Amino acid sequence: MPDQETAEVRPARAASGGNLVTAQGLTKRFGEFVAVDAVDFSIAPGEAFGFLGPNGAGKTSTMRMIASVSPVTEGHLRVLGMDPASKGPEIRARLGVVPQDDTLDTELTVNENLYIYGRYFGIGGTVLKRRIDELLDFVQLTERRGSQVEPLSGGMKRRLTIARALINEPDVLILDEPTTGLDPQARHVLWDRLYRLKQRGVTLIITTHYMDEAEQLCDRLVVMDQAKIVAEGSPGALIAQYSTREVVELRFAVGQQEEVGHRLDDLAQRIEELPDRILLYTNRGDDAVGAIHERGMNPESIVVRRSTLEDVFLRLTGRRLID
Amino acid sequence: MMQPLRVVEANARVYKRIWKGSAVTAFLNPILFLLAMGLGLGSIIDDNPAVDGLGGVRYISFIASGLLAATAMQTGGVEGSWPVLSGIKWTKTYHAALATPVRVTDLVTGNLLWLAVRVTLSAGAFAIVSAALGVLEPIDVLAALPAAILTGMAFAAPVTAYTPVAKDETRLSAVFRFVILPMFLFSGTFFPIEQLPGLLQAVAYITPLWHGVELCRLSAIGFDTTLHPLVHVGYLALWTSVGWWFAQRNLRKRLQP
Repeated sequence: MPDQETAEVRPARAASGGNLVTAQGLTKRFGEFVAVDAVDFSIAPGEAFGFLGPNGAGKTSTMRMIASVSPVTEGHLRVLGMDPASKGPEIRARLGVVPQDDTLDTELTVNENLYIYGRYFGIGGTVLKRRIDELLDFVQLTERRGSQVEPLSGGMKRRLTIARALINEPDVLILDEPTTGLDPQARHVLWDRLYRLKQRGVTLIITTHYMDEAEQLCDRLVVMDQAKIVAEGSPGALIAQYSTREVVELRFAVGQQEEVGHRLDDLAQRIEELPDRILLYTNRGDDAVGAIHERGMNPESIVVRRSTLEDVFLRLTGRRLID
Repeated sequence: MMQPLRVVEANARVYKRIWKGSAVTAFLNPILFLLAMGLGLGSIIDDNPAVDGLGGVRYISFIASGLLAATAMQTGGVEGSWPVLSGIKWTKTYHAALATPVRVTDLVTGNLLWLAVRVTLSAGAFAIVSAALGVLEPIDVLAALPAAILTGMAFAAPVTAYTPVAKDETRLSAVFRFVILPMFLFSGTFFPIEQLPGLLQAVAYITPLWHGVELCRLSAIGFDTTLHPLVHVGYLALWTSVGWWFAQRNLRKRLQP
């Protein structure tokens, strides 16, 4: 891949007085339904902060409150030191938002989409033209500048949406499920671009239900489940706190899993039985595998792997991230 | 104060890509209507000595002045529905705009300002056609344009207010089938509403289109209005401002719950 570092995306201005976002007891209700239930968190300048959790955990509702497009039901929220209830336009002027669905005008060209969006921020003339040039270069869409949006691939549309979100040189870039629906290659291209932004000091706030995405991108994250935050920390710290170093995954022939289950109890610190496999949480995977063979059990497959955030989530909630 | 204008600009940029198609419709529709209803039907009506309800005005001029208002209504209604629903639901460009400093009130106000431009363009095209065909005097039809634009807005604003609360797009189609089309036929566009039975006549008085038709006829063919012209203007202005207010409320509920 050619070096694209010529694009100038300015690093975030430091917000006055510490955190860019502070939430205390932040709550969102839709009628009787509680979407976000008294969550506390704070996000520091320059960090990549993640909300990890399954669909319906309250991530998007939280993001929409931060993005100042959804009123806070209860609790305290400050974004860039301001109250979204009274300073919505001022806050939004300094945010970049990449929504879950692409909200591009598909009848217009790549260039026109960026231009119109820039105008909403009051940017114009040569400044806007120059920024569009830089951003198209940054998201590798310069050659598609005059193309209509409709026929672009999913990955290209996402990259265009990211370019659009950067048009006002935001202090904070908010990404809601940025790679959902993309193929693996497009995901990696996108992660690469986001990583570069992070290197330049842009603060990222990301929601995702992909644990690999959270591990790749986030310095720090909160795990959300059923409207609440159930854990907080760096990916590494969360794994260290809630899981073991290694995991042994065993698959047995149909019907065999129930028989062997109890014979594994002493081989690991913790055992999870999933419908299709058994997970042994241990710091020494190879020893456990040796013991399994000694006991004459022969699973159809044995995999020893490192613990991931998926394991953390399983431990915290008893469920998997993606069902 | 600049934000609504930025919304107007965004709309204008989108329109720049699709104006050709809408221009063809804007000129072709009046030509077809005036030829069919005016010349075809009108020649029978004008030759009938029993007809004297049109005060010596040719039938084609009578309906042209009414169609001017009806054209504005049509444009206001169409542009207040499908493009708005698209912004909410299909392309979701309203969500994108509201992630910027643009507020719901800016979005609604800017959009309605833009619809005023669209109504002006289609009513203007109608005026050009009717003047070119010699159906209406150029000066008179020009004088009737403000009334037509106000008529268009009296539909654009309430329809924009309804669109965010419409359950699905079939409800929007229903608006055209059961509200706009009957109004088009029974609000004085093609015949004086005095021809209607009493109850329907009362219904026609309530429709904004009838008030718009009255105003357009005043300027375009010198017909006296039934009520004081300012009452007609006020009634249309009321529909416009109530629609504008509800459009903001309903869009906020839909997009920023």
